[in-house]
Amino acid sequence: MVKRELDEVSGTETTGHEWDGIKELDNPMPRWWLWAFIISIVWGVIYMAAYPAWPLITEATKGFLGYSSRAELADTMNAVQVSRQKYINSINALSLEEIRNDSELARFAYAGGKSAFAVNCSQCHGSGAAGSAGYPNLNDDNWLWGGSLTDIQTTISHGIRFEQDDDTRFSEMPAFGGDEILDRTQIGQVADYVLSLSKRQHDFENATAGAKTYADNCAACHGDTGQGDREQGAPQLSNVLWLYGNEKADIIAQISRPKHGVMPAWGERLDATTIKQLTIYVHALGGGE
Amino acid sequence: MTQDSSSIQNVVDRVEVEAVNSKAKRSLYTSRKKIFPKRASGSFRLFKWWVMAVTLAIYYVTPWLRWDRGEFAPNQAVLVDLDVGRFYFFFITIWPQELYYIAGLLIMAGVGLFLVTSTVGRAWCGYTCPQTVWVDLYLWIERWIEGDRNARIKLDNGAWSGEKLFKRIAKHVIWLFVGLITGGAWVFYFADAPTLAVDLVTGKASSIAYSTIGVMTAITYVFAGFMREQVCTYMCPWPRIQGAMLDDRSLVVTYNDWRGEPRSRHQKNTDIAAQSGDCIDCNQCVVVCPMGIDIRDGQQMECITCALCIDACNGVMEKIGRPINLISYATLNDYKANVKGDTITTTWRSFIHGRTVIYSAIMVIAALLLVYVLAIRSLVDVSVLHNRNPVYTLLSDGSIRNGYVVKVLNKKFNIQQFSVSVSGITGLKMRIAGAKTDIQTELVLEVPANGLETVQLYISAKTSALNAEQNSFQFIVEDRDTSEKVIYDAVFYQAKK
Repeated sequence: MVKRELDEVSGTETTGHEWDGIKELDNPMPRWWLWAFIISIVWGVIYMAAYPAWPLITEATKGFLGYSSRAELADTMNAVQVSRQKYINSINALSLEEIRNDSELARFAYAGGKSAFAVNCSQCHGSGAAGSAGYPNLNDDNWLWGGSLTDIQTTISHGIRFEQDDDTRFSEMPAFGGDEILDRTQIGQVADYVLSLSKRQHDFENATAGAKTYADNCAACHGDTGQGDREQGAPQLSNVLWLYGNEKADIIAQISRPKHGVMPAWGERLDATTIKQLTIYVHALGGGE
Repeated sequence: MTQDSSSIQNVVDRVEVEAVNSKAKRSLYTSRKKIFPKRASGSFRLFKWWVMAVTLAIYYVTPWLRWDRGEFAPNQAVLVDLDVGRFYFFFITIWPQELYYIAGLLIMAGVGLFLVTSTVGRAWCGYTCPQTVWVDLYLWIERWIEGDRNARIKLDNGAWSGEKLFKRIAKHVIWLFVGLITGGAWVFYFADAPTLAVDLVTGKASSIAYSTIGVMTAITYVFAGFMREQVCTYMCPWPRIQGAMLDDRSLVVTYNDWRGEPRSRHQKNTDIAAQSGDCIDCNQCVVVCPMGIDIRDGQQMECITCALCIDACNGVMEKIGRPINLISYATLNDYKANVKGDTITTTWRSFIHGRTVIYSAIMVIAALLLVYVLAIRSLVDVSVLHNRNPVYTLLSDGSIRNGYVVKVLNKKFNIQQFSVSVSGITGLKMRIAGAKTDIQTELVLEVPANGLETVQLYISAKTSALNAEQNSFQFIVEDRDTSEKVIYDAVFYQAKK
């Protein structure tokens, strides 16, 4: 046995380790520290027995308390579901108009609709529902297929030009250029006339010449004064809002080879409650009628 | 023991004891020595009993005081409502965003402690600190059950017996009970006391209430029953800070060694005693000390200036017919003057100097500021958040619409109607989200008592009325009863020109 050195000041043995003349005293651990250490070990053993701890090949040990974070989550979700049930029942039972007039219920529906919108709709319409070229802005007061509560509900449920749904909203504008119904000059003239309908800068002569072409080819759907027709989703041309752009080139492109947006029918994917909530939300974005 | 000293023993109880931190044996490697403070009696002890009674009474009674705030707010005078986020203090109710009142009070309390310390020393530690008060309370219980110092030492050293077991169990049970009602009183500050009291007894209170009581009970029991002076010496930062606050003009508990030394155990009327000081080395000052120190070693960090040694020493001085105040409250200047034989110059005026004046000034300024802020405090608060997504919406007729979330806070204790209107841009139209029509002139908003109402508003304007990308306008919220107005400057956005 190696003879241990005693420290003069404290009378304690040193560990025998020395670093540049500094020696470490071999003091015992403080009692409180030792107890904390032992209690931690005991606690650890109890914890391992009580809670899921040891990973086995396919699963971990369960622990005698039977705790599971998944079950806890499920409980929390159930509790939330139960707390919502009162409102969900009301939403199911009441008409959209009644929901809207009940401020507390409308607030609940708005919040639910907002989160459903973020999950299902924001990919095309944007997180703030402001849309982009080809994807309508839902904040404004311009509606292709109508902005009343029932119109919005129908659109969400059955989609637009969504072929798997028999009741989908459907319309198709002829490709006046692609199918050679109108020639390039006529299309240019009609474009100028359309610009004039919304009081944008246009070539006056072209517009005058395009008026007749418009009356013959376009007015049936878009209306004599460009007021549009919601029955067939024909956009209003006389306002300042444009789905595919407001430049003459955009308009010519749309007349020649029109783009047609497709929106899925959500009636199959979402339950009726969620669609009602979405309707309330979209309607309250500011443009609802 | 000599004949002389035994004769003085008849008058004064002399004890062989050593300060726990005695200089001769001060070591970093010793474990705690048990301290068995003897009961002192005298004016400071009496004062401490009173302070204890008053502080404990304040602590236990406060949550039960009632203050009528009407039907929409709690009627508890002092209540920290963590759920709703309100702090009720008699006529003041503070919302979370007004926490600066608390900060102001804390600044005042901090500077107040500086002021007290720079004049009368560690009075906080010695008299009012909860640690001191509860240790005193626990010691009182200990003395009641186990007897005074000698009996307790005897009991502690004695073998386990039925009597020892009974006394120990009784003491700890009562300590735990005191701890329990200490923790129990604490939670009453955070909920309606009468309701919570019933809930606690019937087992219906929240688990957080029970666990808080448990933690507070344990802290009280451990701190006041076992750790005692170690909390002050090792855990609390305040003694160190207070040490830096003291100077030559602060009153501290002082052993007047110029009078006491050399100590002598001989009777004062003997020849030997004629050359010795007044201290008869009876160690009464040491045995009464809750910190277990010897004040005759001079000023030391452990001393909480509870002045019990003054009481003990004065009792002895009276018995042996010497002037009292061998140990006294004195400033360092007094002490120096005494040593030199000069007259003492300390009067109440000597406590007025640069530092104390500055501390007082800070306190007064802070107090005035708080009173001022409280006096001009509005009972209605408005906050407007502009919708960021989308920032603005172009409408089919070419006008622009912005969305705002308007929040109106009603700090009154009655349901209040407010009218909300806008101005600053010509032709502004206002509509509640989801409503069918525009609001004609103003929106009447009913805000719950002691609460807030949120409304999502759409404001639209013609582009002709807008001259920049950002246009300022105002939301005007008016209390319909008092006509108190809050004007909120908001910004109306349109596309970059």
